[in-house]
Amino acid sequence: MIVGVTQLAYLVASALFIFALHWMNTPPTARKGVYAGVAATTIAVIFTWAQPTVTHHVWIVLAILAGFVVGVPLSRVPLTAVPQRTALSHAFGGAAAGLVGTAEYYLGVSEGPEHLTTFRMVALIAEILLGYLTLTGSLMAAGKLQEVTWVPQRPVTYPGQNVTNLSLFGLALALAAAITLHPTAPWAPLLFPVIIGLALLFGVLLIIPIGGADMPTVIAILNSYAGLSAVAMGFALDNKLLITAGALDGSSGLILAIIMCKAMNRSFTNVLFGAFGQVQQAKGAGAENVYKSETPEGAAQVLEQASLVVLIPGYGMAVAQAQHKVRELYDQLKKRGITVKFAIHPVAGRMPGHMNVLLAEADIPYTDLVEMDEINPDMPQVDVALVVGANDVVNPAARTDKSSPIYGMPIIDADKARAVFAIKRSKNPGFAGIDNELYFSDRTWMLFGDAKSVIGELVKQLAGGSGMH
Amino acid sequence: MTDFWPTLYVFVLASFIGMGVIRRVSRLLHTPLMSITNAISAIAVVGAILVTGGEYPLRIRVLGAIALFASMTNIVSGFLITDRMLKMFKTDKRGDGGHS
Repeated sequence: MIVGVTQLAYLVASALFIFALHWMNTPPTARKGVYAGVAATTIAVIFTWAQPTVTHHVWIVLAILAGFVVGVPLSRVPLTAVPQRTALSHAFGGAAAGLVGTAEYYLGVSEGPEHLTTFRMVALIAEILLGYLTLTGSLMAAGKLQEVTWVPQRPVTYPGQNVTNLSLFGLALALAAAITLHPTAPWAPLLFPVIIGLALLFGVLLIIPIGGADMPTVIAILNSYAGLSAVAMGFALDNKLLITAGALDGSSGLILAIIMCKAMNRSFTNVLFGAFGQVQQAKGAGAENVYKSETPEGAAQVLEQASLVVLIPGYGMAVAQAQHKVRELYDQLKKRGITVKFAIHPVAGRMPGHMNVLLAEADIPYTDLVEMDEINPDMPQVDVALVVGANDVVNPAARTDKSSPIYGMPIIDADKARAVFAIKRSKNPGFAGIDNELYFSDRTWMLFGDAKSVIGELVKQLAGGSGMH
Repeated sequence: MTDFWPTLYVFVLASFIGMGVIRRVSRLLHTPLMSITNAISAIAVVGAILVTGGEYPLRIRVLGAIALFASMTNIVSGFLITDRMLKMFKTDKRGDGGHS
C-alpha cells in the first residue's frame, strides 16, 4: 500500500519535471516551469522522507536547513557570476552522487554480497566515477571562471597529456571491472577509495587544458555528467524518478553542448582534447595591419545618423559590467527613432545564453535580442554595428582564412554592416589569441577603452547633442 | 536481482523526451535552463534522505548527510536563481510588470 502511494507520488513528480522543462520553451510560460519543478521536488522529498525505513530525522532536518543557509545566498550572486555559480552547483551535484554511491557500496559490503549484484555494482561504479570527476572538474571550471589565483587561467598542456589522461581513465576502468566482479573480496573495500581518487584526479586533468572560450561547452558537458550520475544512482537504487529526472538533465546538457560545439564548428573530442589557445603562435603579424581609431564624439555623430544599429555583445561586456550603460545607449538611440537590435552569438560569454540574461537584467526587452542566424541576412542593411567586448564571434577569418584556428566557425557578419565600431580594452588579440581582420577593415573604427566607460561617453555625447537640437 | 530491463526502458524513453523538450527551449533561456536542470538533477536528494535517515552505521549516515546538504543547496539555489533570472525577461520596457 505504502509502496504504491510512494510510486504514484514519484510518477507525478516525474511528469511535473517534464512539464517544468516544457514550459521553459518560451519566456512567458517559463516561470510556471519553475513552480512545477519546485512542486515535483517537494513531493519527492516528502514522500521519500515518509518512508518507513527513514527513522532518524534530526540529521535530515539539519542538512536541509544547512542547504537553505548556503543555497539562498548562492542564488543572489551577480548575474555576471552565474557561470561560476552554475559550475559550482554541478560540483555539488557530483559530490552528492559520489557520496551516496560510496555509502551504498559500503552498506552493501557490510550487509552481504547478495546486495551487490553485478548490475548494481556497474551502476554504483558509474555513479561514483561520474560523480567524483564532475566534482573536481566543476570545481576547476568554477575556479577558472572566478579567476581564482591558484587555478591556471590559460590552458595547461604538456607533451603526452592525452596519453596520460586516457591511461589514467583506463586504469580506473580496469580497477572498476575488478571490483565489480569481486565486490566483497577482502581487498575490494580498500580498492574502492583508489577508484575514487582516480576519478577525482581525472576530473582535474580533464579541465586544466581547457581555455575560457571553450567554457560554454565544458559547462554543458559537466551539466550532462551531473545528470547522468543521478541516472546511475537511480539504477543502483532502482528508483525510476531519479532515472527520469537525471535523464532529462543529461539530455539537456548534451543538447546544449552540441549547440555550443556547432556554434564553434568543433567536435566534442576537439574541445576536450584539443587545447584551444595553443594553436596560434607563428602567423607573423603583417606590417600592413593598421587600426583606425575614433573618438566617442565622432562615433556618437555617426550613430545619430543611423536608422538601424546592431549591438554585438561579448564576454568583454560582462567583464566590464557594461550592460546597464548599454541599456542607456539603447534608450538614447530609441529616443531618436533608431531601430536597435542585439545580435547574440550562441557562444558569446562563458555559458550558453549568458548575454541574454545580462541584457534582460538591464531591462532590455527580449524581443530585441536576435539570434545570429536570424540577424545575419539583415547585416548588409545595418548602418552601424557596434561590437561591445566581442572578438572571435565577429572575426571574418572564420569564413576566409583556412589556417585560422577558428576557420569554419559561424560568425555574426559585422563586417557586412555599412560601418563598424569596435570597443576594445587594448590592442591585444582576443581570448583565442587570434588577430581579428575586422579591426583592420576600412569600414571599421576602433574605440579603445573599457566597455563601460566608452559606452558611458557615447551616452553623454548623445544626451548632450539632443539638448542642442 | 531486480529486473533491469524496465529501468533501462525508462532511461531511454526519458532521454528521448528530454531531447524533444529541450530542443524546443528558446535560446534566450539557455542560462535559466541550465540552472533549472541543476535543481532538477538534485533529485539525488531522494537517495541522500534514504541513506541519512536509515538504520545504518554512523559513518554511512555522515556521507548521506553531506550529500543531502549538497543536493538541498542545489535545489534551493537552483530554483531561486532560475526564477530570479526569468523575472527579468520582459517584452516591453519598464511599466506594466505583468509580463513574466
